[in-house]
Amino acid sequence: MTKRSKRRLIQNGINPTRFSRGQIKFYTYLVPICLIMALPIVFFFMNAFKPMEELFAYPPRFYVNRPTLDNFRRLFSISSSTTIPASRYLFNSILSTALVVTASLCMSVSAGYALSKKKFRLRGPMIEANNLALMFVAIAVMIPRYFVIAYTGLHNTFLANVVPLLAMPVGLFLIKQFVDQIPDTLVEAAVIDGAGDFMILTRIIVPLVKPALATVSILVFQLSWNSAEASMLFINDETLKTFAFYMQNLSAGDSSFLQSAAGGNSTAGAGVAAAPMLIMFLPNLILFIVLQSKVMNTMAHSGIK
Amino acid sequence: MNGMLRTRGAAVKGFAGRHSIGIMLFPYALLFSLFIIIPVAAAIGLSFTDFDTIRRPGFVGLKNYITLLTADEVFMKKVLPNTIIFSMVVGVGGYILSFLLAWSLAQLTKIPRTVMAIIIYLPSMTGGVLLSAVWGVIFSGEKNGYLNYALLKLGIIEQPVLWLQSESTLLTIMMIVTLWSSMGIGFLAILAGIMNVNQELYEAAYIDGVSNRFQEIIHITIPSTRPQMLFGAVMAIVNTFSQSRVGTVLSGDNPTPGYAGQLIVPHIEDYGFLRYEMGYAAAVSVALLLLIRLSSVGAFKLFGSKED
Repeated sequence: MTKRSKRRLIQNGINPTRFSRGQIKFYTYLVPICLIMALPIVFFFMNAFKPMEELFAYPPRFYVNRPTLDNFRRLFSISSSTTIPASRYLFNSILSTALVVTASLCMSVSAGYALSKKKFRLRGPMIEANNLALMFVAIAVMIPRYFVIAYTGLHNTFLANVVPLLAMPVGLFLIKQFVDQIPDTLVEAAVIDGAGDFMILTRIIVPLVKPALATVSILVFQLSWNSAEASMLFINDETLKTFAFYMQNLSAGDSSFLQSAAGGNSTAGAGVAAAPMLIMFLPNLILFIVLQSKVMNTMAHSGIK
Repeated sequence: MNGMLRTRGAAVKGFAGRHSIGIMLFPYALLFSLFIIIPVAAAIGLSFTDFDTIRRPGFVGLKNYITLLTADEVFMKKVLPNTIIFSMVVGVGGYILSFLLAWSLAQLTKIPRTVMAIIIYLPSMTGGVLLSAVWGVIFSGEKNGYLNYALLKLGIIEQPVLWLQSESTLLTIMMIVTLWSSMGIGFLAILAGIMNVNQELYEAAYIDGVSNRFQEIIHITIPSTRPQMLFGAVMAIVNTFSQSRVGTVLSGDNPTPGYAGQLIVPHIEDYGFLRYEMGYAAAVSVALLLLIRLSSVGAFKLFGSKED
């Protein structure tokens, strides 16, 4: 290696420790791209805090002049005048998401341990089936799913928000890949010490795969928190539906909420809808920022071999 | 005696072991079967019938598929071309973009890299409902919508344009919006993969005569991150096909105005839930699953390990 190329390698390699001039070219396009990625979200944050006259303002202003919580107040006051308050939908979402995340993680980690460390006849086919199901698009078979829901008696029950989301192939896949990294000898040693499978699972596997659990909990959280499908298709009882569904109805162009709040102007309507949307978006954001380093750790093991 | 005890002990342990495997797998396997295997099997089964939710389904053979390929004008003229354009741009284009972004980010120091990775990932959290709220402000049809205002001011248009209801712009906007929100876990996986490539490989490559960054990507980075690239590809495919309701979400209508943004999923909903032609809708679902499967086979051919 020539001296020049070696220096180049050290300066320009992957994951450099210091800033060098060679990195400037990456910033020249990454920074604008990040701006494009972030701007719509910033717009929408601003809008959530704009008072009515600023939402109607022409020319439209990008930033908010006099931030207010009116849009949030309007959301909760308008819904308290109808039969079901927004807080009810919010409560349903919180409860169903908590259930989905907890149950899904428990199921995936135990199945992941069994598929990774146990030898049994169906192991190969089951792994194969799950890998195939990574490509599963639930929405493509919503009609038969509807019949499964009806047949199992879940139709029009609160659990219809929960049960269909529990088996998540990507979740199991990521956890299993992570369990694969744990040396077999560790498990064998525990077996020699007399530990049963459930002991091994709770005392050894779970503490070691925490990064994968964090990642999967983000994915499951997003799936469940943003899900309006069950409320739309499987549930008739308005008191059992989720906040995401409620949002979807609010933001639909012809909703009476936007009509009364924004008088049919779709720019202002989008602004009014931004407030509840912010309530939807923030939990996703906070969870991801808190757990992001664990996510990267898991993703390193995410490859399909 | 001692030996017998030991064998019996082993037998009990073996039995318990088998039992525990069953217990550990049962909940997942049950729900996996109920909500993934059975619906797929049922869709395949229904696709050979004329089920309309009222009468008992009758077997019609391949009729639904023949209709799909020969008589469904909307499918052939709108849905299929839209789907092809949409998946090329969002799926293939988005995937290449996510690799390039991940590779570029890997060249930076830790703090700016992390901040920018979070920013790029952010939009993928806005899927579904949030998407219309975020972009509604920008593409609003009023004159005080951001895009309309900017173009009016610049004198490019004279009247505010109804971006989301217009046949000529809807598909393009759908692609922009979906691309914007497609840097999800696939992108993070590729980034993590690139970060974990063994540094010595690069040094060795330079000794072997690799002389620029492009060769480095082709000969070292992509082969070493193959498994993550494959995972990313599968995620890109899934994302592309499951985001296909974005047209309905943005325009607020199904079918979308003039079928301009009609992709396969809204087409299924149109037949299944609006016209109750469940048998036919199921055939469209099966076609969609086949399309996804075919795309994935392609991805496995490209990035799968050589042993398969």
